[in-house]
This record gives sequence, structure tokens and C-alpha cells, in this order.
Amino acid sequence: MKVTDINSRVNPQFQEKHQRSIYKSLEDKHTTIEDVDIDDPLNAKMILNMGPQHPATHGVLRLVLQLRGETIEKTKLDIGYLHRGVEKIAENKTYQEFMPYTDRMDYLSPYSNNVALCTAVEKIANVEVPDRAHYIRMIGCELARISSHLLWLGTMVMDAGAISFFIWTFREREKIYDIMDQIAGHRFTVSHSRIGGVANDLTSDASAIIKEFIGKFPQELKDWHGLLDRNRIFIDRNENVGVLETDKALDIGATGPVLRASGFAVDQRIIAPYAKYDQVEFEVPTRLEGDNLARYFVRMEEMKESIRIIQQCLDKMPKGPIRSNNAKHAYPSKDEVYYSMEGMIHDFMMTDTGICPPAGAECYHAVESPKGELGYYIQSDGTGHPWRIKINTPSFRNLQVLENILDGEMVADTVVVIGGVDPVMGEADK
Amino acid sequence: MSLELNDTLQTLVDGLTENFSDKLIEVYQSSGDTFVRVEADSILEISKYLKEKQHFVFLCDVFGNDRYTSDERFEVVYNLMNLRTQTRVFIKVRVEEENPTLESVSSVWKAAGWNEREVYDMFGVRFENHPDLRRIFMPEDFEYFPMRKEFPLLGIPGSIELPNTTPDTE
Repeated sequence: MKVTDINSRVNPQFQEKHQRSIYKSLEDKHTTIEDVDIDDPLNAKMILNMGPQHPATHGVLRLVLQLRGETIEKTKLDIGYLHRGVEKIAENKTYQEFMPYTDRMDYLSPYSNNVALCTAVEKIANVEVPDRAHYIRMIGCELARISSHLLWLGTMVMDAGAISFFIWTFREREKIYDIMDQIAGHRFTVSHSRIGGVANDLTSDASAIIKEFIGKFPQELKDWHGLLDRNRIFIDRNENVGVLETDKALDIGATGPVLRASGFAVDQRIIAPYAKYDQVEFEVPTRLEGDNLARYFVRMEEMKESIRIIQQCLDKMPKGPIRSNNAKHAYPSKDEVYYSMEGMIHDFMMTDTGICPPAGAECYHAVESPKGELGYYIQSDGTGHPWRIKINTPSFRNLQVLENILDGEMVADTVVVIGGVDPVMGEADK
Repeated sequence: MSLELNDTLQTLVDGLTENFSDKLIEVYQSSGDTFVRVEADSILEISKYLKEKQHFVFLCDVFGNDRYTSDERFEVVYNLMNLRTQTRVFIKVRVEEENPTLESVSSVWKAAGWNEREVYDMFGVRFENHPDLRRIFMPEDFEYFPMRKEFPLLGIPGSIELPNTTPDTE
């Protein structure tokens, strides 16, 4: 049996250096391709390229797998196919101008991304946010969490073989789109949060359909639990698949539900409460197993907790302004802009120069997005444009976990494990 | 400026002053976050010390920053977290523009692997003893470091090989 290296056998046609370096890094993991064994042709190693155009990779994720038979021996991930350089763009925009770009990062939960940027800018520029705006943001964030987890649930169960489930979760997502439409005026990329508050108040229609949704959604969740929790096929596909051991989870930098399914109750809403998360009661679901099934239970319970949080927010929400009244910190309301000269000048100044944090100030603020800790590091040079924005995205960190937990799995489980980690490439590639 | 340090951070600063007095450059706070700047050549020792003795077991992020100054142009920031007391600290090192190199901390926290690749990809800071130092977002064929301040926002035409737009014709 002859053993040879990969690079001498491949002949890349496109971006040759890049392709060769990926195969080189696979070789550094001691990967080889063997020639076919004449006596047993099935006993051979092969390199499988999966993606970037593959329906099960949830975007443009590319995996290079070394297989022996059906077992994955080594994995390398290649990301960056959706790299748009948003951090570079941010350096050339004012803070408020950059906010709509954050919608396009984690496009499955745009509201959390808006809030993450706005809270970071508010922290560095010392902007006071009215209580009502905090509660509206929390409702938006929790709806975004449910929406994101619903997409994860639908696609992950579909990856495991149940197609109809996808339709049911999307029916619920559709309701959340309608709610977002009522709250923000957009269904998908909401851009509702503003520095210093939110764009507009909840209308009575919006409150009514949120109440209707949180009244009916727990029953749906219960039905899904009934279908999946004891489902033989689902459990066989997910139990002990893609295991991330508790002692490795921190070292490798997992975050969000992936980390919580491995036994660490790390949640930014508890560690460093932002908005009014210290005023509401909720649990942080954790599991110890660290496999795909544990991630399923963690996310399902998180949806239940989100409903609880929304309920409490609706009860506790005070009346009052929804945006800071300081013209140096936030946009004035449209009433002021249309009917007073000062309002118009302030509106113009906010658009032209924007908010200017003190020169040399630095800050880091993280929120708990549906995928995990989403942090913004901002360094200001005193102008309206940030000197540096670094976005610490959870999908990027969880994909690094994926590269390590895939080794030793079956090739048929690849798509289920990707589904369980729930990466969004728009966020991972920035 | 006086510092407002909680117990964990006070222990951290005391520990660093005691063990690495010649490596510690400054400790400062901004917007409630604590930043500790240390000498670049000691980052690996200090990382080990922080993880083993101070329980900063969770590496949240590593990122670069282009200061655009003539000396010590690039800055690399390590975002660490102590999960026992849930305290965050930022360790900073600075490197020169000419041939910027740092010791990789991926032997201390495995999570640093991809983050350091990102810093290398975006700023060109090389990490020694990194297990797999390749570009992460841009292809290997790309010759520039896009997050450096002199890199134009619109990119450099022709710097990246794009797919053939008429694939059927040879």
C-alpha cells in the first residue's frame, strides 16, 4: 500500500495558492491519501470537499474532510466566502450610519445586532437611555432570539430528515416577521434601535400581536417537544453526536448555547446585565452532555425563557420617552424636526457628524445574541467615525469548535453537527 | 487618574506588579473597562500566569489595531475573562511596523488559533509557533493586509483572482 501526500496529486485551477495551503494544513494534521487496496477497495482514504455551495452548510461554509470509509478522520474549515470587510466599512461611517450594516451580519436575528452596536456606542459616549426604550429593545431581542432558534430548529430537524418540521417553524417565524413589521416597519432587516433609544414606540397593534404571539407560542413549543423529545429517530441522530466535552469547551472558546450545552452557564444577560435584564426573572438553561441533543434542549428551553421575559417586559414597561432627549446624543423626534428650526439643525448635525465619543476612549460591550456573546470593541479618536470597531462574533468562535468536534464523527452526521452548532456565515465572515 | 479596581482586578494588578514588574507598562481604565499594557516579548509568560494563577481561563477574543504611528504601530489586544468572578480584562501589546511578530498564545488557550489567524490576515502580524498560521478570510493569493489604515476602502483592482464570468468559453 503506497502512501502519498495530497498536494502532489491535486491540480487547483482557481486561486491556486489558497487551495494548496488548505491541503497543506490538512497534511499538517497528518492526512494522507492512500492508493486503493486491491484486496479491499472500500478500505481507502479520500478527501471530500463539501461546500461552499452546499445546501446543508447554512451559507457559504466550506469543509475539507479526510474520510476513511464513512468516518471523518480530519477536518479543515475554509471560511471567508462572505467576507465584506464590515469593520473597514465601519471606520468610514458614522456610528448611526453603520447600524444598518449590523443587520446584515447575523441576518437571522438582526435586532440583537442593532442593540449590540447601540449599547456599545452608548457605553463609550455616556448616553442615557430611557427605561421604556430598554424594555422595547428587550422585547425585540427576545423575539429575535426565538426567530433565530426557530430557523435553527427547522433546518436542524430537516438535516436529520424531517422536512415538514421546517414548514411549521417557518409558519411561526412568519408571525415574528409580522410583529417586526409592526414594531419597526421592516420585516427582515429591522434597523429599529437607535443610539440613545429606539426609532419609534410600540403601537397598540404591535403590543396586541406580541401578546397574541406569546399566548399561542408556548403551545406550539409543547407540540414540538412532544414530537421530538422521545422521537427514536431524532434521538438516534443526535445523541452522542458532535460531543464537546466540558473540560474542553472553555479552552476552545465555545460560546452561547454550544457552551451552555457543555455545562457552563455563561450568559451575558446574567454576567453583565445590560438594558433591564436585571429587572426580569429568567433561567439560563444548561446541560452537561455537550452533544447535539443537549444543544437542542438548551435552545428549546431558551425559547421558553424568552417568552417569559417578553411577558415580564410587557407588564413592567413604563410609559415615557423612547429616545434620549439630549440633542448631542440622539436624533430628535420627527415632530421637532418638522416644526422647529433647532430640531432640524440637530437632525442635520446628527446625520452629518453624528455622536462623537471622547478622543482616545475605548470600550467593549457584549450582549447575548441568540448564537452567543456578541461584543463590540470601539476605539474612538474623538470624531464621529470610529477609529476601530472590532466585532466579536459568536458564529466565528463556534465554527472553530466545529473544526475540532467533527474529527472522529461519521460523514453522515456532518450536516447534523453543523446544524447543531448553528453558524451564520454573514456573522462569521464579517 | 485613579483606578477603580474590584478585588479580582486588584489581585491581577498586584500579581503582575510582583512577578512581572519590568514587563508591566501601564494599567488604565476607559468607559469602565480595564486595560493592561505589557511588553510584547513577555506575552506568552504573562498569558500562562494569568490562566494558571489568576484563573483567566476564558479567552473571548484577540484582535489587532492599527495605531498609524511611526513607532510601535500595531497593537494586539487579548480579551480575557475570569469566570469565577466574571471579570473582564484586556491585555495589550504593541509591535513595530517592520516585520511585526509575536509569540502565539494558542498553546495556552486553544481558542486563540483562529483569532490570531484573523489578526495575521487583517494586519500582517505574524505569530510564532502557531499551529496553522494561514489567512482566514482572504485567500492565500492575496498580498495585502486590508485592515491597515493605508489600504483603500474601495480595495485594489486586480489584487484578487475572480471567477471567470463566461465559464462556458475556454
